[in-house]
Order: sequence, then structure tokens, then C-alpha cells
Amino acid sequence: MTLRFRPVADQGLMVEFDHSLNDKAHRAVLALDKALAAQPFPGFAEAVPAFVTLLVRFDPLVTDHPTVQVHLETLLCAGLETVLSPETHRILTTYDGPDLAEVARLSGLSAAEIVALHQSGTYQVAMYGFAPGYAYLSGLPAALHIDRKPAPVRNVPAGTVIIAGGMCLITTLTMPTGWWRIGRTEAKVLTGNPDRPFAFAVGDNLRFEATP
Amino acid sequence: MSAALEVLHTGPHVTLQDAGRPGLMRFGVPASGPMDRKALAIANIALGNPLGQTGIEVSPAGLTLRCTLGPVSLAIAGGGFQVALNGVVGGSWQVLTLQADDLLQIRPGPWGTWCCIAVAGQIQSSEWLGSAATHGISGFGGGALQKGQILRIDQPRQIAARNIPCPIFCRPRQHLHVTLGPQDHLFAPETVATFLSAPFRLTPAFDRMGLRLAGPSLAPEAALGIPSQGLTRGAVQVAGDGVASVLMADHQTTGGYPKIATILMDDTDGLAQLRPGQAAHFTEISPAQAISLARQRAESFRRYLTSLAAPSMT
Repeated sequence: MTLRFRPVADQGLMVEFDHSLNDKAHRAVLALDKALAAQPFPGFAEAVPAFVTLLVRFDPLVTDHPTVQVHLETLLCAGLETVLSPETHRILTTYDGPDLAEVARLSGLSAAEIVALHQSGTYQVAMYGFAPGYAYLSGLPAALHIDRKPAPVRNVPAGTVIIAGGMCLITTLTMPTGWWRIGRTEAKVLTGNPDRPFAFAVGDNLRFEATP
Repeated sequence: MSAALEVLHTGPHVTLQDAGRPGLMRFGVPASGPMDRKALAIANIALGNPLGQTGIEVSPAGLTLRCTLGPVSLAIAGGGFQVALNGVVGGSWQVLTLQADDLLQIRPGPWGTWCCIAVAGQIQSSEWLGSAATHGISGFGGGALQKGQILRIDQPRQIAARNIPCPIFCRPRQHLHVTLGPQDHLFAPETVATFLSAPFRLTPAFDRMGLRLAGPSLAPEAALGIPSQGLTRGAVQVAGDGVASVLMADHQTTGGYPKIATILMDDTDGLAQLRPGQAAHFTEISPAQAISLARQRAESFRRYLTSLAAPSMT
């Protein structure tokens, strides 16, 4: 891993643990994110965890890039706690997605095998992005890794379970998507509960289970 | 006591906005809030409101309101819009009072793209995650205005009519300060030099999420994207075809296009006020200069707001 701090105008620092996807860098992102939440610096605004980067935003009227970098380096040097404490969420899913047949053709599996394989994975919330509550879930079994569609499908409803590349996602809004629709769930990522508006924290685990 | 405004005409991107909901990007939620953040703050302060109180952001689509229950005062700031009260034409940058049956028409005028209306009173609106700022693609928050909608205003007040001075820092800004990166290293040095020397133009492809620029191609050396990472308002991201876009209030919170540079936050308000076809030039500053400039700009703005809040003190 090559650690770099890259300035982002007067808004923050991009902490880049590596330039390409890897698990070690992602664990470091989650660990620094957790340490920063426990020990924020004066002027800390927010941290945005992603696959191999943590965007740390700050108030330029209170602090500056070198001060924030020293704080982050101190946290990193102190040795980040590698024991994270993720919750595990069960997601009841009805596997009747309109793309199951095409996913079967592309993967060479039967629909039943796809459903069983999808439930066999332990997924992790790698990051949120794209739209409110869009949690990118890593951990999709390799046999289900399929490139996204060449063109998006419109009006995909909220609660659709979709896969593409190595990722799985539960949609939260009616939106176009080029990912493959394999099922749907009643589980709400946008909970509507002001005390916990988002169902998952970054780093949490998910298990999908077919509705009986 | 209440007042009411009926929406007679509106169009795309005319929304309720407050100061926004910062701090939730880790959940995929951008801050939203006004495209020109100073405009809403100025309109609110002109009425004695808190800086970030819920107001209306008007796009080039314009807005027509009829006061169905009054009186209530409004302040309008941002852009050079045409503001007609019962057919008598004035401009943005004024405080006015609507009586029952008064008609207020707001149309694009000589300059600018966005104006904000603050209300002396509280607009009743739905909130999402503690803010009435409308998030465009979801419609969460106060929402886009709809024709026929009645805006109810609690505790309306009347404020003496006056003009609001339009400060120079609220004019459209064509010279934009940037720090390079966070992915300038993925571009050839000649491409970075082109970015910093060539004029770019705004295009008609703009909304609350961002603005597409026209200019020389800025294709990165490595055609591949980067692992998706956090984004900010003001990021200049370059798609695989070499076309640059600037992210604005409702931007996606993460993305995999490389960012050649990031615009000083304060400059993004003036950028929002440019119109399609107008030129934008980028000037590199160091991170330390960005901090220093941000502090100078904040201090100027604070002084302006202080004088606006106490107009009789000279």
C-alpha cells in the first residue's frame, strides 16, 4: 500500500491508501474512519469512506491541510484498531427479478443455482454512493460477477436487489439502472426513522435469505 | 397569523432550499442547498431571519406567485432577474411586501442563473434528515414547486421595502481558483497546462447536480477509471471522452472519474451564476493559498452581512 494525502481545494484531504482495489486498503479506510470518529480534530466536518480512500472534509476557517494531515498521521501511527464491530443484517429477499433468466444464460447457472449462490455470500457494506442510501455490497460470489448491461433500464423500483461486477445493491429510489435485477426486498435502507435514518453503517455485514 | 402564496407558474429546478444537510455524504446524501449559497443567506439576513432559513430557489424557468393571504414581506437576492410586482418591473436585490391578490413574476433578466427568495415568516415545508433543502433526483426535502401549490407561511411579518446592495462578490465569476487534483497525476502535464490556460465555456447541459463544460479535450493518460471515491462540490471531473464537468449542490457523493482539479468552494457560487456560452478560466493556487483565500472571502462576506443587518448604522 502507498499512503498519500491529496488536497481537495479548501475543503479537505483525500487519504488514499492505495490506487487500486484491495481488501487491505479497504480495512485501513474503515479503521481510520472509526478512529477519526472517536478522535475528531477541531474543525472536522465529515469523513466519506470509499473502497481505498477516506475523504476527510474540514472547515477551512478553523483548520488547514497540514494540521489535519498531522492529526491523521498521529492516528495512523498510533496503530489503528483492526477489530471493527460490524452488525450483521438479514435481508429477506424474493428472488423473482426480471433479469434472472439472462443472468442464468450469462453465468451458465440455473436460476435455482443463482438464488442459492447469492444467499451463500456474506456481504459487506463497502461504501455508500450514487444516490441516498445506495450501499455498495462487496462479497458477491465470483460465479455471479457479470458486467453491467450496455444500457440502463428505466424506472427500477426501490427495494430491487441488483448485481453487477462484483457488487450487490438494494435500490432505495425509483431510478434507472444498468445492473441485473435478481430479486426484491421489503427491507428499507432509508428507514424513515430519524434516530437511525440509514439501516446500515459502512463496514456492516449482510446476509440475504429467500422469503419462505 | 399566516399568509399564503399560490404558485401560478413554475418550471424545472425551482425548489425549496435551506442551508442544506452537510455531513451525510457517507450515506450517499450530498449537502444540497442553494446553487448560490450567498444569495439565500443575503435574502434571509435582509429580513432579519437566520442565515439558513428555508426559502425558494428560482431557476431560469422563472416563477409566478399570487399572494392569496397577506401581507408578507419577501427578500430577493442573487442573479440579475426581472422581478415584476403587479406588472411593475424591478430587479432582484430588493425587499418587497405582498398584499392579498398581489402578483409577483420572476423571470431571467440581464445576468445570472439562480435567485433566491427569502420570506419574512416560516414557509411550511416537509423536511428530510433535518433539512428542507430539496435533493433533486429524489425530491426529498421541501421539494420542487408545483403549479397550483399553495405555500403557507406561518408568522408572516412586514419589513420596509428597500434595495439590497448587490456586492461585487455576488456577480458571475469567470476566473475560478482551483487546487490541482486529487487526480491531476493521472493527466499528462500538457493536459494540466491546457486546463489552466485554455478558456472553457458553460454549456446548456447543467442542473443542480453539475455543469458540463465545453473546451479542449482533457482525456486522462490512463483511460481506466479509479476506484469510486468521495466527491465534493466544485470537483472538476473528466469523463473518459475528455469532457470536463463541475459538480454542484446535488452532486453524486462518490464516483470513479478522475478529478483534474477542485474549485475553491467560495468560487462555486459565482460559477453557478454563469450562463451557457460564458467563458470560465481556471487558475491554480496552492492548498495554503486556498485556505487563506477562503478566510478572506468569509471575512468580507461576514462584514457585508453585518452591514446589511444594521442598515441604519453608518
